[in-house]
Amino acid sequence: MDMNEIKEIFFQECEEQLAELESGLLKLNDGDRDPETVNAVFRAVHSIKGGAGAFGLDDLVSFAHVFETTLDCVRSNRLDPGPEVLKVMLKSADVLADLTNAARDGGSVDEARSRQLIKELEALANGEVPQASAAAPAPVEVVAKPVAAVAPPPVSNEGFQPVAFSFDDFDAAEEPPLMEMPTYEIVFKPKSDLYAKGNEATLLLRDLSRLGEMSIHCDMGALPTLERLSPESAYFSWKIQLATDKGEDAIRTVFEFAEWDCDLEISLVEDEATQSGEELPMQPVPFDLSILDDEPAVSVGVVEEEEQLASRQQDIRNAAVSAAGTASNVLQMAQSAARAPAEKAAPAASAAQSAAAQQAAASAGTPTIRVDLDRVDRLINLVGELVINQAMLSQSVVENDANGTSSINMGLEELQQLTREIQDSVMAIRAQPVKPVFQRMSRIVREIADMTGKSVRLITEGENTEVDKTVIDKLAEPLTHMIRNAVDHGLETPEKRLAAGKSAEGTVRLTAKHRSGRIVIELADDGAGINREKVRQKAIDNDLIAADANLSDEEIDNLIFHAGFSTADKISDISGRGVGMDVVKRSIQALGGRINISSKPGHGSVFTMSLPLTLAVLDGMVVTVANQTLVVPLTAIVETLQPEASAIHSFGSNQRLISIRNSFCPLVDVGRILNFRAIQANPVEGVALLVESEGGGQRALMVDAIQGQRQVVIKSLEANYTHVPGIAAATILGDGRVALILDVDTIVAASRGQSLKPEMSLAAAG
Amino acid sequence: MTYVAKSLTTDGRELIAFRVGDQEFCVNVMSVREIRGWTPATAMPHAPTYMLGIINLRGAVLPIIDLSARLGMKPAEPTVRHVIIVAQVKSQAVGLLVDAVSDILTITNDKIQPTPDVVSSEFEKSFARGVLAIEGRMICLIELEAIFPQEEREAA
Repeated sequence: MDMNEIKEIFFQECEEQLAELESGLLKLNDGDRDPETVNAVFRAVHSIKGGAGAFGLDDLVSFAHVFETTLDCVRSNRLDPGPEVLKVMLKSADVLADLTNAARDGGSVDEARSRQLIKELEALANGEVPQASAAAPAPVEVVAKPVAAVAPPPVSNEGFQPVAFSFDDFDAAEEPPLMEMPTYEIVFKPKSDLYAKGNEATLLLRDLSRLGEMSIHCDMGALPTLERLSPESAYFSWKIQLATDKGEDAIRTVFEFAEWDCDLEISLVEDEATQSGEELPMQPVPFDLSILDDEPAVSVGVVEEEEQLASRQQDIRNAAVSAAGTASNVLQMAQSAARAPAEKAAPAASAAQSAAAQQAAASAGTPTIRVDLDRVDRLINLVGELVINQAMLSQSVVENDANGTSSINMGLEELQQLTREIQDSVMAIRAQPVKPVFQRMSRIVREIADMTGKSVRLITEGENTEVDKTVIDKLAEPLTHMIRNAVDHGLETPEKRLAAGKSAEGTVRLTAKHRSGRIVIELADDGAGINREKVRQKAIDNDLIAADANLSDEEIDNLIFHAGFSTADKISDISGRGVGMDVVKRSIQALGGRINISSKPGHGSVFTMSLPLTLAVLDGMVVTVANQTLVVPLTAIVETLQPEASAIHSFGSNQRLISIRNSFCPLVDVGRILNFRAIQANPVEGVALLVESEGGGQRALMVDAIQGQRQVVIKSLEANYTHVPGIAAATILGDGRVALILDVDTIVAASRGQSLKPEMSLAAAG
Repeated sequence: MTYVAKSLTTDGRELIAFRVGDQEFCVNVMSVREIRGWTPATAMPHAPTYMLGIINLRGAVLPIIDLSARLGMKPAEPTVRHVIIVAQVKSQAVGLLVDAVSDILTITNDKIQPTPDVVSSEFEKSFARGVLAIEGRMICLIELEAIFPQEEREAA
C-alpha cells in the first residue's frame, strides 16, 4: 500500500468524520447536551487533525487545532454551546470541510473566511478563561496554542467578539506564576489498542518526564496469571506525580494521540497532605526513569515482574476456573481481568479494566467493510445474468416438457424465489441512506440564509431512507438548486414574514420516504408560494404561452420548469440566472424520476420528486419497430394511443401531424429515424407513444406494436462498443437477446432536423 | 500459461487460425478470450454494414463484426455453423463472425513472411501483418486493432 492509498483512506475517513461532526453540532444546536455528543464532535475534529498532521497538511492542522481547543472548552463545560457559539462552530465545520477538500483536490479556500473563523473560535475559547482560571492556575490556552498568540479575553458576556492579538500580550501572558510549581496527579491506564496502534507507554512517560519533576508508580494489579496472560493485552497502569509549570494542557498534549486508547485522569494536587494516593490501592513499584532509555531492560524487568506475580498468585490460579483456549477475545479478556485481580487488592482497577473491555466490545458495534464499488457492480451484473438465465431455463423447461414433471417445476420455482432474494440482497448492498446528501443541504441552507439575510430552519425527515448510491450521488446537484431556490425565492424576508403574521424564521422541510418501489423526496417551504400572476405574465412575455391561454393553477405552477424561466426581479448570486428549475427537472428526469410542484399562495410550495430506487433497472415499455424489439423508458411516455386515419394530417413534403384533442403533434416514425426501414410506416397500422422531451416539446413516436411493460436491467453499450445516437443503453430480455433502450430526447431532437450522425455521438462520448 | 510465457521468451508465438470464405487468417491467441457459436444479433441503428449488431455475452453487450464484409469480401449469411471469436481489443471486447476455426499454430517469428506486394488498398495493408506458409496453405496474420473503424477507437 503506497502513501497515496493511505492518504485516500484518510480522506475517506475525513468525510465520515466531517459528517459526524456536522450531525453532532446540529444535535447540539437542537438542545442536545449529552456529553457523548460533545465527545463525538471533539473526536471527529481531533481525528482529522491527527491524520492531517501525519500527512503534513499544515493548513488543516492549524485550523483543526484551534477548532479543537474551542471544542475542548465545551467539553470541559467552560463554554456553553449556545446558539451563537454553535453558529460559529457550524461555520467552522464548513471551513474544515473546505480545507479537507482543498487538501485532497488541490485548489484554494477562502483564507479570509478561515482566518476570521480562527479569530472567532479563539475568542470563544478565551471568553471563558477567567472562570476557568480558578481551577487551572497555569495559563492553559497559551500553552495549547503555540502558533496563535492570545489576548486577555473579553469579559463581556454578550457572546463574543473578534479580538485583535498582539505578541506583546502573548509575552505578558506567558510569564509563569512565580509560585511553587503546581503538582498534578496523573493516572494513566493504557488499553490494548494503545499498543496495537504503535504507541509506546515508555515513550509517553519519557515525554512526560520532560515537563517537570516526576515520580511514577506502576500498578500491576490487573496483571493476570501467566497462563491467562494475553501477550497483546495491556495490564499495567501508572500513577504519576508531576510537578510542572506547563499546565494541564501540556500534559494532555503528551497524550494527544493516545488519549482515546487509554484512561487518563489528570488532577491538580492542591496540597501535599491530600496527596497520599490512598483512594486507589496500588502496589507502589519503584520506577527508575533511566530504564526508559534502555528498552531491552524494560522488557526484561517486565518479564521478571510477571514471573514474581505469577508465583505469588499460585493459589488464585488453582482456584480459578481455567478458561479454555487463549484469552484473545474481548469477553474472555474482560472475565479474566475481572476474575484474577478481584481477589487481590485492586478492585477499582479491575472494574475500570472490565468496563473498558466492555466498552471496546460495544464500540465494535455492527462491523462494516469497505468494498470497491466495481466489485459490487460486478456482483450485481452477475446476479442480473442469473435472473435472465433462470427465466430462460424456466421457459425452455415449459416448452420441452408439456407434462410438467412436478419435481422439476417445484425445483424451478424454488430457484426462481432464490434468485429473486439474491437479487434483492445484492441491490441492498448498494443502497445507502440519503443522510449524507441531506446533511450537505444543511450547509447550503446556512450559506444562503447568511447571504440573503433570512433566518431559515431546515428540518430533515427520513434521512435513513435507503436508495442506490448512484441515485444519491446524482441527487445532490438538483437538490442544491432547489434548496437555494426555496430559500432565495420561496421564503420571504423576516420583515415580510412578520407582516404576514408568520414567525420571522422560515422553515424548509426536506423529507424522504419510500412509496411503491420508489423514493419520494419532498421539499417544502413555508414561504409566500408561487406568485401565479407573475409567473403567467412572465410566460406570456417569454412567448411560452399565449396571452389568452386558459391554464389551471397547476399548469401555471409547472411553468417554472421551463427553460429560461426565472421570476426573480434581480439576478442574484444564488439563483435567478434562469437555469434553475429546468435544469433540475432535466436532471431528475435523467435519473428516471418525475418532479411536481404544488403551491399555496401565502403558505409556501412543495416540490415532490419521485425517483427509482436504483439506476441499474428501469421501467420500460417494450415495443416492436421494424421487427426489432426496443424499450422506451416509461418516464418519458405521457400516453399511448391508437391513431385513426382521420387524425393523421400530412404537413409539407413528408411531415405528418396527429391531432390529439384538437392540438397537433408531430408524428415521428422511430423505425425511419433509426434507419431500420427505408420508408415511413403507415401510422394507422401502428401505435403512437406521446412523449415529452426536454424543453417540454411533445412528439408522437410511431412504433409497430406494444409488447408490454417491464422492468429491465440497464447494460452499457459504451463498454464494448460506442455511443449510438438515439440509443440510451441496452438491456437483455427474458429470451437472452439484447434489446436497445431508446433515448427519447435525441430521437425528438433528430425529428426537429438535427441528424443522428456518428460525429454527434463522438462528441458526446469524447 | 507457463508454456505461453516460455514460447514468448523464445521468440515464438501462438496463433489461432480461422476460415473466412475461402481464405485463412490468424490472430494472436493472447487476444482471443473465447470462441462461441452464432446467436442472432440485435441490429444497431446507423451502423456500418459489416456491423451485424450486438449480442448478450453473459450479461455484457458484445458487438459482432462480420469479418468477411469487413475485409472486403461478400457479406456472410450467418448460420448456426458459424463461429464467433470473442477478442479483446484494447479495453473492449468484440465478436468476430468467421466461418470456422481451423487450427492453433505455434510458430516462431521468422516463419512470418512479409505481406506480398500485391495488396490493392491501404486498408488491406493496414491490417495484414504478414503471411505464413503452413502445410501448403497460406494464412494471413491480421492486426485486430486495424480492423476496427477509426471512430470506435476514438470513442473508446
